[in-house]
Amino acid sequence: MTMTAQSCDSGTGPVGLRWETVCRLDRLQPGRGVAALLGGRQVALFRLPGAFGDEGADDVNSVVYAIDNIDPCSGAAVLSRGIVGDRNGQPVVASPIYKQAFSLLTGRCLDDPAQEVEVHKVRVVDGWIQVELS
Amino acid sequence: MNTKTLVIVGHGMVGHRLVEAMRSRDEAGQWRIVVFGQESRPAYDRVSLSSYFEGASEGELSLVADDVRRDQAVELRLGARVVAVDRDAQTVRTASGQTRGYDTLVLATGSYPFVPPVPGRDLPGCFVYRTLDDLDAIRTAAEAAVARGDPGRRSGVVVGGGLLGLEAARALRLLGLSPHVVEIAPRLMPVQVDEGGGALLRRLVEDLDVAVRCGVSVQSIAKGPRGRGLVAALSDGIELDADVVVFSAGIRPFDQLARAMGLPVGERGGVLVNDYCRTADERIYAIGECAAIAVRGAVGGVGRTYGLVAPGYAMAEVVADRLLGGGATVTAADLDTSTKLKLLGVDVASFGDAHASTRGALEVVINDPVAGSYQKLVVSDDAKTLLGGILVGDASRYATLRSLMGSKLPADPVAMIAPGGVAVGADELPDSAQICSCNAVTKGTLRAAIAKGAHDVPALKACTKAGTTCGSCLPTLKLLLKQSGVTVSKAVCEHFACSRQELFQIVAGTGIQTFSELVARYGSGRGCDICKPAVASILASTGACGSHILDGEQATLQDTNDHFLANLQRNGTYSVIPRIPGGEITPEGLIAIGEIARDFKLYTKITGGQRIDMFGARVEQLPAIWRRLVDAGFESGHAYGKALRTVKSCVGTDWCRYGVQDSVSMAILLELRYRGLRSPHKLKSAVSGCARECAEARSKDFGVIATEAGWNLYVCGNGGFRPRHADLLAADLGTETLVRTIDRFLMFYIRTADRLQRTAPWLEAMEGGLDHLREVIMDDKLGICAELDAAMARHVAGYSDEWRGVLEDPVKLARFNSFVNAPGTPDPTVEFVDRRGQRVPVGYDRGSQRVLISGPTLQVAGK
Repeated sequence: MTMTAQSCDSGTGPVGLRWETVCRLDRLQPGRGVAALLGGRQVALFRLPGAFGDEGADDVNSVVYAIDNIDPCSGAAVLSRGIVGDRNGQPVVASPIYKQAFSLLTGRCLDDPAQEVEVHKVRVVDGWIQVELS
Repeated sequence: MNTKTLVIVGHGMVGHRLVEAMRSRDEAGQWRIVVFGQESRPAYDRVSLSSYFEGASEGELSLVADDVRRDQAVELRLGARVVAVDRDAQTVRTASGQTRGYDTLVLATGSYPFVPPVPGRDLPGCFVYRTLDDLDAIRTAAEAAVARGDPGRRSGVVVGGGLLGLEAARALRLLGLSPHVVEIAPRLMPVQVDEGGGALLRRLVEDLDVAVRCGVSVQSIAKGPRGRGLVAALSDGIELDADVVVFSAGIRPFDQLARAMGLPVGERGGVLVNDYCRTADERIYAIGECAAIAVRGAVGGVGRTYGLVAPGYAMAEVVADRLLGGGATVTAADLDTSTKLKLLGVDVASFGDAHASTRGALEVVINDPVAGSYQKLVVSDDAKTLLGGILVGDASRYATLRSLMGSKLPADPVAMIAPGGVAVGADELPDSAQICSCNAVTKGTLRAAIAKGAHDVPALKACTKAGTTCGSCLPTLKLLLKQSGVTVSKAVCEHFACSRQELFQIVAGTGIQTFSELVARYGSGRGCDICKPAVASILASTGACGSHILDGEQATLQDTNDHFLANLQRNGTYSVIPRIPGGEITPEGLIAIGEIARDFKLYTKITGGQRIDMFGARVEQLPAIWRRLVDAGFESGHAYGKALRTVKSCVGTDWCRYGVQDSVSMAILLELRYRGLRSPHKLKSAVSGCARECAEARSKDFGVIATEAGWNLYVCGNGGFRPRHADLLAADLGTETLVRTIDRFLMFYIRTADRLQRTAPWLEAMEGGLDHLREVIMDDKLGICAELDAAMARHVAGYSDEWRGVLEDPVKLARFNSFVNAPGTPDPTVEFVDRRGQRVPVGYDRGSQRVLISGPTLQVAGK
């Protein structure tokens, strides 16, 4: 996951990293996820209201998270279909298969320390969501 | 060390208590235990006998835990009647001729029912009320009577209006008979209550459709006209028709064995024992109902028998202590005959010197026939010390008053029993106060257990045995937990500190329509996968007519199944179940489902709920599949929701030779009425067209079984991990009353259950249980029935098919994509293999090797 720690503003970053444009931000409903197919990779994107209870969060205020879509506990590509929320203030998604919670910040599974998913950097440019991939 | 042999004759509640006490205390393994039981069943809870007719199984009534069954030191010989004891040789002999030596013998033979010597008492249809075999026989006779074709009420006569007689009356009522109680004394329960209490008790019991005749005896029993049923002739010249006669006119100690071996017996029967239960033979003890025990100062005199379980348990504990070298004795307090019962739903309690037989005793009575409450205290001549009392109709003060017995009253006796008078809370009771009288558990013991970490009622029951016999002290246990500062958290999750029921009230009361407003005002954080679906369900139950569960923000709250209106399977695909009301489907419908499944390559399977499940649909296929299902006339089956699933049915009168009502039409009516109803958990139902019960209605949340006269309604059953038979809520209902009662039952459940609590545990947790439920939804005790009816009317009027709603709304349809940037591309991780000619997901071990349980080329015969 070291790649996600890198900062990068242009279309091409350090060796092997690039920003992939996915879709318009308004395709994502606040509080819910979607799946995206980026090359051979499935990514789950979640849009959370930026401010608390801010249902109509605009581009600036809403926060978008990206993690791998495949649930390591079941092997099914379903994390985008989980319910998002928070656990002790940390944004999480609960796998819809066996309900384990994954941190949207770190990808760690909060119910099974042996499991984690990859986290990807996300930015919104002119209303378009971009995900950083290797 | 030599192992000694303890032989126990009798495996009833008390005999088994001795086994348990010995096994838990005999750490050194000094004793080997051999128990002879005359019945074919191991010890069961005789106190709760009539619950057998409310659906309690033999297993639930059993007192014998698995560890006892496996215990090598205990040998249980059932169906073995001991007929003789050779005191010199120290052996017992059974009816089949086996003999067994003992070092110590304990008689725990209990008692037998007394049947007055009236002519005809041996006729078929006459029973006693003592064992599960007796109950099975009564049930068979009652069912035969109910199943008979001729018109008229089916009735049962109960001879004896004591505690057991009223229990038997309740049992007959549960079996669908009209009970008639005949008591020779001038009032019901003459031992426990006085004239005033008896009068009120009679009125309350008669209000429950139990006919009562006091002050008369049964003179004879004869066969009825045309050989049907029986006729009981009473001493006042009245003749009562009866399909069943139950004798419950008292019990007699079973002391024949002791008499035969020459041991002294009491004046009114029972083996005479000293204050630690030893008979005249130092190697022989007697405990329980067969023992006439001599304890100084015991209420009711010295050398009498006790027909209650608590003194029996105390005797068992004392004998165990003695056999292991202790010096315990039975005390007068152990022989307390205080009783608190709920008979036919009427509270009756009697404690201490209830009949004021102490010299100079004064009686203070508050008799309120309007409120249906009779409260009497017996106090010493200076009106300061409490000696005993009788409570009928309202026994809520029992625990407090009983524990104050023998001590100074904290207030004027009238104030202690007056409505709105002095309330003595459990915190004011001394630690010595006995809270559970069945198991002699004091407040001090309970407080110690709570301090050691027993923080809920099941934990307290497990470590102290309190509340495990009659259960009347359970409210006090809860109170003690509360007062000890133990709060049982009912919080939904970290985001809401309140229970689901409280959330429901908040939403209903404030009219809040969104989760974000609810969590902002009454919760904290953003919510999670626990509270969001719970709130979604509440919003669906309280929301405006015609709203859709995927409208606006509500869509974000739904679990994946509700979000995609299909059931997620382990490989990320979904299964689809269209509604097939009552399990009735036309050939055209079957063909349509078959064609759709074939065209989308879906695996099909018949479900347990009489419908068809189609597996293997990918998210992006769901709208196309449903377009075709809706066009073929199908609608959502809500198999994905915490909602009504199915109402199964048998074929009923249209086809069946035995059916008595049209079960299919009723099932369809119910399924269409409650389709789409969101609830705390899934709801299942079934309708059977006759008592043969082919639809398995008693394993459902609400089940309907046809009778000649209408419909019997059973509630709160389920299959699954902890199967439970549904309880009979009401019998012989007409269609209108049946539907109204189910309406209220469902709405009351939806409003008051916890998150993911099915109807069975909801009922188990309900204070007052089935009687309370009946009072709320049939007698409108809480005055909420109009509200419940209105809520159901709104649901019925507001129903619309959820899938049609999606197909007609482009915004909702747009969510059914595989990928936001590649909407039509199938999920590449979904792979299938062939299984018996259909597609199933590849094996479990995804990432590495495919695991195939059987090869894809499995041949099916005939292919």
